[in-house]
Amino acid sequence: MKSRMTQIALALGAGLVGAALATSPAAAQATLANVKQKGFLQCGSNPGLAGFGVPNAQGEWSGLDVDFCRAIAAAIFNDPTKVRFIPLSAKDRFTALQSGEIDVLARNSTMTMSRDTQLGLDFPVVNYYDGQGFMVRKKLGVASAKELNGASICTQQGTTTELNLADFFRGNNLKYEVVAFATADETFKAYDTGRCDAFTTDASGLYAQRLISATPDDHLVLPEIISKEPLGPSVRHGDNQWADIVRWVHNAMLNAEEYKVTKANVDEMMKSPNPEIKRLLGAEGSFGEAIGLTKDWAYRIVKHVGNYGEVFDRNVGEGSPLKIKRGVNALWTQGGLQYGIPIR
Amino acid sequence: MSTTATVPPESSKASMLYDPKVRGLVYQGALVVGIGLLFYLATTNAIDNLRAARIASGFGFLSSTSGFDVNQTLVPYNATSTYGQAFLVGLLNTLLVAVIGCILATFLGFAMGIARLSSNWIVAKTAMVYVEVIRNLPLLLQLLFWYIAVLRPLPDARNSVSMGAGFFLNNRGLFVPRPLFAADAWLVWAALAVGIVGSVAFAVFARRTQEQTGKQYPVVLTSLALVLGLPLLVWLVLGLVTANPISFEMPEQQRFNLRGGLQVIPEFVALTLGLVVYTSGFIAEVVRAGILAVSKGQSEAAHALGLRSGPTLKLVVIPQAMRVIIPPLTSQYLNLTKNSSLAVAIGYPDLVQVFMGTVLNQTGQAIECVAITMAVYLTISLITSAGMNIYNSRKALVER
Ligand SMILES: N[C@@H](CCC(=O)N[C@@H](CS)C(=O)NCC(=O)O)C(=O)O
Repeated sequence: MKSRMTQIALALGAGLVGAALATSPAAAQATLANVKQKGFLQCGSNPGLAGFGVPNAQGEWSGLDVDFCRAIAAAIFNDPTKVRFIPLSAKDRFTALQSGEIDVLARNSTMTMSRDTQLGLDFPVVNYYDGQGFMVRKKLGVASAKELNGASICTQQGTTTELNLADFFRGNNLKYEVVAFATADETFKAYDTGRCDAFTTDASGLYAQRLISATPDDHLVLPEIISKEPLGPSVRHGDNQWADIVRWVHNAMLNAEEYKVTKANVDEMMKSPNPEIKRLLGAEGSFGEAIGLTKDWAYRIVKHVGNYGEVFDRNVGEGSPLKIKRGVNALWTQGGLQYGIPIR
Repeated sequence: MSTTATVPPESSKASMLYDPKVRGLVYQGALVVGIGLLFYLATTNAIDNLRAARIASGFGFLSSTSGFDVNQTLVPYNATSTYGQAFLVGLLNTLLVAVIGCILATFLGFAMGIARLSSNWIVAKTAMVYVEVIRNLPLLLQLLFWYIAVLRPLPDARNSVSMGAGFFLNNRGLFVPRPLFAADAWLVWAALAVGIVGSVAFAVFARRTQEQTGKQYPVVLTSLALVLGLPLLVWLVLGLVTANPISFEMPEQQRFNLRGGLQVIPEFVALTLGLVVYTSGFIAEVVRAGILAVSKGQSEAAHALGLRSGPTLKLVVIPQAMRVIIPPLTSQYLNLTKNSSLAVAIGYPDLVQVFMGTVLNQTGQAIECVAITMAVYLTISLITSAGMNIYNSRKALVER
């Protein structure tokens, strides 16, 4: 008995040491140097959400968040393929970032105050404004989320979804049964096979899941959007240079769209007389150097990956099976919320 | 230093260095101090690192509002409760599965173990096939089988199967009437307590009398009458005299599902079934080994004394086999308890799913949550072991 206790204590001690070392603050700094030295970016991605991050049968990744990581790699290495995607479930994503297993997390993750301030993370930008919705089977005859009193609802653990769901039903004084699963697959399957009346997640996720359902036409997305889900990439708190890179990669893509610099015309645009474009593409000034990159950093992004509009369109917009409207994700010039901060 | 007697007392102090007992104590002391130091360093290091990385640390989060719901709670809980209460909900859900699982697995395991030794060829072979199949399929696979292949295809919530007496079954679970207790229901509980005490007393009395005079009493029947009959009688009388002390809330069909009554969620059923069936396969082998360890002469002697097979098994073989059975049976109980954490695969809200899943993720306090969860499993296991050790020492061979 005594020796068993000792063994247990040793194991516990070893575990704690491991845990203690894993979060050493050294990992929080100098991510850029580390990435350059490795020669590739480690990007925490969704294991499989159409439009945001999903591998195909050949193991090639695509999606809005995937392209975000490719844009970072393009800016650093002038090569968008220098990324390793690490699929992470909702539960594991932040721990993976905290522990240094990944350099950046681009996985449809909502920025919230507690995540920003208590998890040791920073969310430099919002690359997709979303909101939570519900999906039901059409034959239920439900037209509004307010009618869901007494329903069973399938949701994924470790998400803001879980919390918003509780808020919504509490706020509206309705009863429900929550059935929570660890992965998106299990959650949707449970809903699809009748364990739940409704399935809830970010609206973009609803459309993506409906697409892969066996019978997409049997499901209806209810009109209510019950939350704000500003989705964006996150990095470890404390490495300001790295956070700057993430922030300006997104802004470069937004400005490129605003000034109509595209993948196809970026070489021509190098000769543009427009000073905004000159600064963006590095024909004038050397803004990239201030964040540890080269002055053609934004040129590289647009050349290899495209501007925000192009990326949006091919992954989630009209050029994709999801066909999501730009809506609030339109540029500010089009009445949306995406507003490129000036490069000057 | 074996010739201690010849060593003068003055030099005995120096010899303490060579005393194996003292040395042992010193080594153990040093080890304890070392481990303590390691533990302390690891903890402070972790706290420093977390602080430097701006990750919240400490156990204060246990008293903040959880904000999420759970679909099986044995204590009052909702989204306005704390993370600490969510922990309790998860813990109780784990214990529920573990306790019910261990009891059922024991019954099924003993039945299968004994059946494997049956002289009836079909019974023995059926039990053998059961044991071999069950033991050799991964538990996770079996859980998914029960959950997805067996329970999911049940009729949907709007076409529940009525099983009579307010019992319904659908793919959201089993719905049973919920007992509602009126103020004077305590009398029924009191009658139950009296019944239990009475039947224990009667069993002791019956055993003593049998040992002394050989006279036998119908212990089982009497106990049943006391434990069940007495409360029922009180219930009936109360119902006639005043109002019904215990009434039932029946599940009723609503728009989406049945409402009211008690809901036994399919995740619970699948997890319990899976664990029971899987563990019973191992217990069957433990039981078979235990019985085979009792020498054949014992049952032959019992037969020679005129005992039939049933009483021989019950009175002669099993009591002796128990000594061999208990230690490995304990391991099976521990396995079942730990395996219950596979709940996460089928969405049953056990400790791991609720605490290491949702709470850890919502608070981001990984080290704290993992440490607490480890401590809980360790405690459950040590308590189970201790309990079984006590039971074992009482069953151990007593030389008379
Ligand atoms: N935006 C929410 C939810 C994000 C989320 O995890 N959504 C789910 C449902 S669409 C998902 O992507 N799951 C994929 C997976 O874990 O496989 C959050 O950050 O908590």
